[in-house]
Amino acid sequence: MSTHSLSATRPVPPLRAEYERELAPLSHVQPARALPWHTRLRTHAGARQALILIALAALWEAAARWQHNDLLWPTFTATLRALAEGLGSGELLVKAAVSLRTLLEGYALGVLAAFAFTALATASRWGRDLLGTLTAMFNPLPAIALLPLALLWFGLGQASLLFVLVHAVLWAVALNTLAGFQSVPDTLRMAGRNYGLTGVRFVVQILLPAALPSVLSGLKIGWAFAWRTLIAAELVFGATSGQGGLGWYIYQNRNELYTDRVFAGLVLVILIGLAVEGLVFQTLERLTVRRWGQQRG
Amino acid sequence: MSEIENHAHHRPLLQVDGVSLVYRTAVQEVRATHQVSFDVHEADRFVLLGASGCGKSSLLKAIAGFIPPTEGEIRLEGRAVQGPGPDRIVVFQEFDQLPPWKTVRENVMFPLLASGQLGRREARERAEVYLEKVGLSRFADAHPHTLSGGMKQRVAIARALAMQPRVLLMDEPFAALDALTRRRMQEELLALWDDVRFTLVFVTHSIEEALVVGNRIGLLSPHPGRVRAELNSQGWSLDRQGEAGFQAAVQRIHRLLFEDAGTAPSGGVTPVRAPVIPLQERRHA
Repeated sequence: MSTHSLSATRPVPPLRAEYERELAPLSHVQPARALPWHTRLRTHAGARQALILIALAALWEAAARWQHNDLLWPTFTATLRALAEGLGSGELLVKAAVSLRTLLEGYALGVLAAFAFTALATASRWGRDLLGTLTAMFNPLPAIALLPLALLWFGLGQASLLFVLVHAVLWAVALNTLAGFQSVPDTLRMAGRNYGLTGVRFVVQILLPAALPSVLSGLKIGWAFAWRTLIAAELVFGATSGQGGLGWYIYQNRNELYTDRVFAGLVLVILIGLAVEGLVFQTLERLTVRRWGQQRG
Repeated sequence: MSEIENHAHHRPLLQVDGVSLVYRTAVQEVRATHQVSFDVHEADRFVLLGASGCGKSSLLKAIAGFIPPTEGEIRLEGRAVQGPGPDRIVVFQEFDQLPPWKTVRENVMFPLLASGQLGRREARERAEVYLEKVGLSRFADAHPHTLSGGMKQRVAIARALAMQPRVLLMDEPFAALDALTRRRMQEELLALWDDVRFTLVFVTHSIEEALVVGNRIGLLSPHPGRVRAELNSQGWSLDRQGEAGFQAAVQRIHRLLFEDAGTAPSGGVTPVRAPVIPLQERRHA
């Protein structure tokens, strides 16, 4: 009955003959072949970034020339000249060194404090809740808003800067590190415990390397926060014990209407940021998380 | 059950004695196994076989020391298991059991160093030996993410064997592999056993795999897991799967697993249950 009419309309694959063939060795086909240089250059992140930077500089130069007002917006070449002069006279180098020294101290203190908090948070539920609450309270608070308080407590000096820097770094790094620890897969944790790892050895040999992508991104964010906080703080209260940093340099030259030097100072801030990102963090990533396949290249 | 075997002269290496495992969630207690007992002897390939929800993986984790029994005791060489330890090494199903930041060789050396069993040089030598056994010497310096799934499991097996544990615990180690690779890994595991004669507890949900890998099979009924039967496997090799005897053994196990023991009237072969555990189904007072 109806089954017959159904099978008539239903398609049936044709019956084909079977075959077997001997596969000759493929001596003339290479399984892998090197890419030509222009293809490799295109896929190289550094080359792409350099191209982007050159395009931006060209755009700047053209726009500034069209604007034609050195007091408001010096050209790219004028800025470069001011930068070269500042570096040549050593003034910018000294200022940058002052800023960087403070920055590194504050950054190191902040990272250490973050790791202490994270260790506490991994060890106990109370620690985790403490970190969670503190982070929720203080992370949205701009570091610069604490500066008046810091000045009141620590006076006009290095200590105040360190205080706001630690605040800028601590919460971002702690939050990322803890998130990284919490996302370590159970299997890996069990494998570690299976071999008898406990306590600090477990954290150092399993949790920290497994969470390294998050830890590194926390360190990066912390670095950026610290850098911008420091420059802003220097703009606000300038020199400490007679020595000013880059922020102070920018502020001073703005007062004297050396706009090209203001731009030179800003460019140096950007350059240092790029250098740290490109040299320090990317090298770290290449040697660790990218090599281990935890993060895409 | 005809479970009267006299082992008076031969003390079991691993004893699971009346073990109940209970998980506690925020809202309820879930009983994974109920008073499970079995013995594993030296050089056994003991397979725990059962459908989803029979608590076989939980039992393996309890033997490994990750889950404490709420009732009963697990003894290794007469001593109660207290927690995880390097005398019971687990090979997990998941590929992320290999720390990705270590090369293949470092992965095999890792437990040897972490447990303080060997110095760096001896650990390296032992790693070479076992990597050779699983055929991965050429990949000793590769990182795990560059390997295929089968190779990763071979590294995990080499790492476990290099520790020379009293018991090797495998939790569905080949379940995430494709069928062809799985077959080859089963053959390789048997060859390794023939070579090293380790004691193995192997968890699987595949009847065929149980018959091929094990010399003794513990069948677990689900919700909560209880021992339904212990069977001897006749040493079926993979190429004898078509034989009538093998098919008969598969049928027998299928019947034991899926026809409810006593309680439900047997209405033919019940289909495999959905892996959702009816949590309220059994709550022992």
